[in-house]
Amino acid sequence: MSDKPLVPAIEGWYTMNTDKPHLIGSCCTACGTYFFPSLATYCKNPDCDNTEFKEVELSRTGTIWSYTNACYQPPEPFVAPEPFEPYAIAAVQLEQEQMVVLGQVAKGFSVEDLKVGMAMELVLEVLHEDEEESKVTWKWKPVSAEGVSA
Amino acid sequence: MSATQNQEIAIVGAGMTAWSKLGKNFVEYGVAAAREALEDAGVPWQDVGFVSGGATIRNGYPGYVAGASIAQALGWQGAEVNTSYAACASGSQALAAARTKILAGQCDVALVVGADTTPKGFLAPAKGYRPEDPDWVRFYLGVTNPTYFGLYARRRMDVYGDTLEDFAAVKVKNAAIGSLNPRARYKKTFTAEDVAASAMVADPLRLMDICATSDGGAALIVCSLDYAKKLGKADAPRVAAISTVTPSFASSVVEMPDIATDSAAAAGVDAIAYRGQIPLKAYEEAGIGPKDIDLAEVYDLSTALELDWIEDLQLCGRGEAATLLRNGDTSVGGSIPVNASGGLACFGEAVPAQALAQICELTWQLRGEAGLRQVAGAKVGITANQGLFGHGSSVIVKR
Repeated sequence: MSDKPLVPAIEGWYTMNTDKPHLIGSCCTACGTYFFPSLATYCKNPDCDNTEFKEVELSRTGTIWSYTNACYQPPEPFVAPEPFEPYAIAAVQLEQEQMVVLGQVAKGFSVEDLKVGMAMELVLEVLHEDEEESKVTWKWKPVSAEGVSA
Repeated sequence: MSATQNQEIAIVGAGMTAWSKLGKNFVEYGVAAAREALEDAGVPWQDVGFVSGGATIRNGYPGYVAGASIAQALGWQGAEVNTSYAACASGSQALAAARTKILAGQCDVALVVGADTTPKGFLAPAKGYRPEDPDWVRFYLGVTNPTYFGLYARRRMDVYGDTLEDFAAVKVKNAAIGSLNPRARYKKTFTAEDVAASAMVADPLRLMDICATSDGGAALIVCSLDYAKKLGKADAPRVAAISTVTPSFASSVVEMPDIATDSAAAAGVDAIAYRGQIPLKAYEEAGIGPKDIDLAEVYDLSTALELDWIEDLQLCGRGEAATLLRNGDTSVGGSIPVNASGGLACFGEAVPAQALAQICELTWQLRGEAGLRQVAGAKVGITANQGLFGHGSSVIVKR
């Protein structure tokens, strides 16, 4: 591991506390619809014409809606390590927000370790490095046997 | 004349290049397809009053104004022109523009054309740091088109009990019929073992489960029913419906290129997911139902997605498409042939041409001119496709 400073790969999309990170979304103050990525302009619920939103931390646990992996290197702007290492991807359903959020699965887990309905928690991992910084993103990780606090 | 008949236009000409990866200028493909369609219709180019093109976004400015680029190449003759971009539904949107013009009495006969030249490999987004673009975000985070197809396929396995053998059987079926299509890019037949031996791309989907990107051009000559009668083609296939509806909030299925679904916390989940909404509007507009359909051309971006579409078109109940497949019902000779052209499995996707290519196949099938691929007695066909950012389409052609 490098000792480069950890910075978010996408600014403002998640809290940077590496212990119990959250995705940062927004919630419509009129109808209660959540948005990720965060929305601050005009509510996308067609029955709502509100323009006021509060910033919220989304649930950091959920269950797998489906999963897959990436065996081939994606094109830019993806920054691939040399050599490219395949990774798993999970679509995780958040109960309170009633939405599904995609993300890579944490290093060390493959599709063989996953099942639809499995409990997952949000973690932060390095997506890639440039010359000065390590760019961090959210990933989904199977909830460990000892459990996790929301 | 009934209200629905008033809304119909005739397809009097169809033309299509062979799909390839030759890398020629997209205009060449468009011109070749247009000339074939004009000749098929027996309509002189000078008589065309409206040119409606599907845009290509990978060929610079001429691609953004594809209708004009192809009209100029055919020889400027003063026709009005339009170019539509709607991802995979571009051809249907271009057809819808022509239909509106014809039904409004503003032109008698129109050329609808789409053509593309695609780069190798993944379709990549514009460069830079652009987190406001969901297409950029998902590629940056490592989520490609096959990711979504893999998620949907795995979901079918988990919810309906579909198997890897079912997905392979779709490829085997489409390769077998596509091998008889002179315009297909891939004419090789495959076995289930071939599919299983191909490289994994996005588990559970392998290279042979996922369609390639291709070059190609497709064109239609469409006109009013009166004009068709004057041409001596009163019995030509007709466009009975064009659906280009957008999704309904809140969508519970994560769609390309989004990184998350809508939140249903306030609005509740939409009763029918987006893919299912597209054909519903088409059936309503045509005044027919799924039982009236003789054949379907659907967007098999992946093998598993063909099974999704069969259910979205309500050709069987939810979760029953694999049973239809196993019984041979979706093969030519079966009760409801799907992708008698060979589908994207044999063509690869040439985005602005693909929705029109589907309609070309229905046109030839309904005329009884599909040769060894012919679906006996085909009278009504339906297409379905879906691309990025809420674009999709379904067209019903009947004779």
